Amino acid sequence: MKTVADFESLYFRLRASPSDLKNMSTTKSYEEINQKLKAGKAVVLTAEEVAEMAKEMSPEEIVEKVDVVTTATFGAMCSSGAIINFGHADPPIRMEKIRLNGVPCYEGLAAVDSYIGATACDPDNPEYGGAHVIQDLLEGKDVLLEAWAKGTDCYPRKHIKTKININTVNEFTLFNPRNAYQNYNVAVNTTSTIKHTYMGTLLPNLRNATYSTSGELSPLLNDPEFKTIGLGTRIFLGGTQGFVVWPGTQFHTTKPKNELGVPVTNAATIAVMGNLKEMSPEYIQAASYEKYGVSMFVGIGIPIPVLNADIAKRVSINNSQIETSVLDYGTVGTPKLGQVTYEELQSGTIKVKGKKIRTAPVASLKKARKIADELKKWLQNGEFEVTKPVQMFPSNTALNGLKETEVDND
Amino acid sequence: MIKKRYILNFPPQSGDKAFTYHLVKEYDIRINILKAEVYPGKRGSLLLELHGKKENIEKGVEYIKSHKITCESLDKRIRWKEEKCIDCGNCTAVCFAGALNMNKKSWELEFDKSKCVVCELCIPACPLNLFEIDFR
Repeated sequence: MKTVADFESLYFRLRASPSDLKNMSTTKSYEEINQKLKAGKAVVLTAEEVAEMAKEMSPEEIVEKVDVVTTATFGAMCSSGAIINFGHADPPIRMEKIRLNGVPCYEGLAAVDSYIGATACDPDNPEYGGAHVIQDLLEGKDVLLEAWAKGTDCYPRKHIKTKININTVNEFTLFNPRNAYQNYNVAVNTTSTIKHTYMGTLLPNLRNATYSTSGELSPLLNDPEFKTIGLGTRIFLGGTQGFVVWPGTQFHTTKPKNELGVPVTNAATIAVMGNLKEMSPEYIQAASYEKYGVSMFVGIGIPIPVLNADIAKRVSINNSQIETSVLDYGTVGTPKLGQVTYEELQSGTIKVKGKKIRTAPVASLKKARKIADELKKWLQNGEFEVTKPVQMFPSNTALNGLKETEVDND
Repeated sequence: MIKKRYILNFPPQSGDKAFTYHLVKEYDIRINILKAEVYPGKRGSLLLELHGKKENIEKGVEYIKSHKITCESLDKRIRWKEEKCIDCGNCTAVCFAGALNMNKKSWELEFDKSKCVVCELCIPACPLNLFEIDFR
């Protein structure tokens, strides 16, 4: 007599297509891939190369041929900054107000720990900010440290003014709470006045459109459901090895997606960390935007291990399959005006509301490619391993806005 | 026939000469005025595109200079610190003249100074502040 389980098994066998069966057979573990990397036998391609390859090969063929795919981005990432430990002076001071080259740093971390945010600045000198301090330190320049305190029994000093540099500080750690946005919107301006934004200068009456993601090379667009990227993922960060340390702030996994499961607007993000003392000014660059403020370009590269056909399919995605939303940055509420592909964006013109608009990137694809190639070399030389995440990131996350409630004005 | 752009700077007492008339009449130069700032009694600046025979343009430039007006080729007045450029593309967003473009293969910034109209929008648009234009 046949049981229900027998029928179920028969049903699934009938339902499984040949590619599903093959799919099940071709899986690789992180350990296998790392052994291949160590032996110099792994096949590593950039996401652009694999997108090209996928025009003629199925995901099942790709998972057999390719072991790791490198992805990269080099864009302005405002939610970035550095943890610095200055070391103790003699007599010591419990720093309660701190300035580095005049830029305010966080003073609420013990006596001589601080965090300098990339976008921090002295309002009187808005074009030089935290990102510039980080860059100056990275380039080996001296930076003026001034700090004030009330003076305590154990930390008697009330003021210090001295020079520091990358070699005098103890720790100099990049810690970026929100980087590498999974997709980003295209910015346009329908108004009759020029708008100065973090997406660059937007000319009036839809005369230009700016976009920021590296498209098919962009890290989180190649692993849209976070199947391989998670807590502890080893990455390329600023020219050295860094780590994904948490979901980024505003981690949003339920934004609208296209039929391939790729978000069509800015969605998830990652928090990253790495040793600035090992980083290179080539991949960390301070920036100042007219009438907006300071930001910092950060170079990030993420290797994606091709563990199975599903991941192979994800990394095969090309610019014609990645869409993003065109938003009017000139109007409050940034209404959506349309949706375009990265293929269209990179062609130089898009069509919005029947009007042809010239496009311009605001993040460097050239640098992103350089990072993807550099990471590829590290992997091929056996200097870099792929990491199985310690913990996967949550799904089904959404965001709160800031609701304003009535406050007593006592 | 060549086309070349020049920046002219006028001292306070030089606004009374109809020198464009002479350039057209005596040197057969076609003139396109791309940008002009005139502050009577103080100074004036002009961006001109001169179109004509090479030797005529050279003579015309000498003629302008002989009237105590500085006349320098536009590319000598534009500085782009190329070695520091990160090829982000921000400047190409504002360059409606088409002088700043991304190479669609290498995604490197290409600057064709001969197309510049000195709108100066690229100066604040560059997040690294790598452009300088000496117009005034």
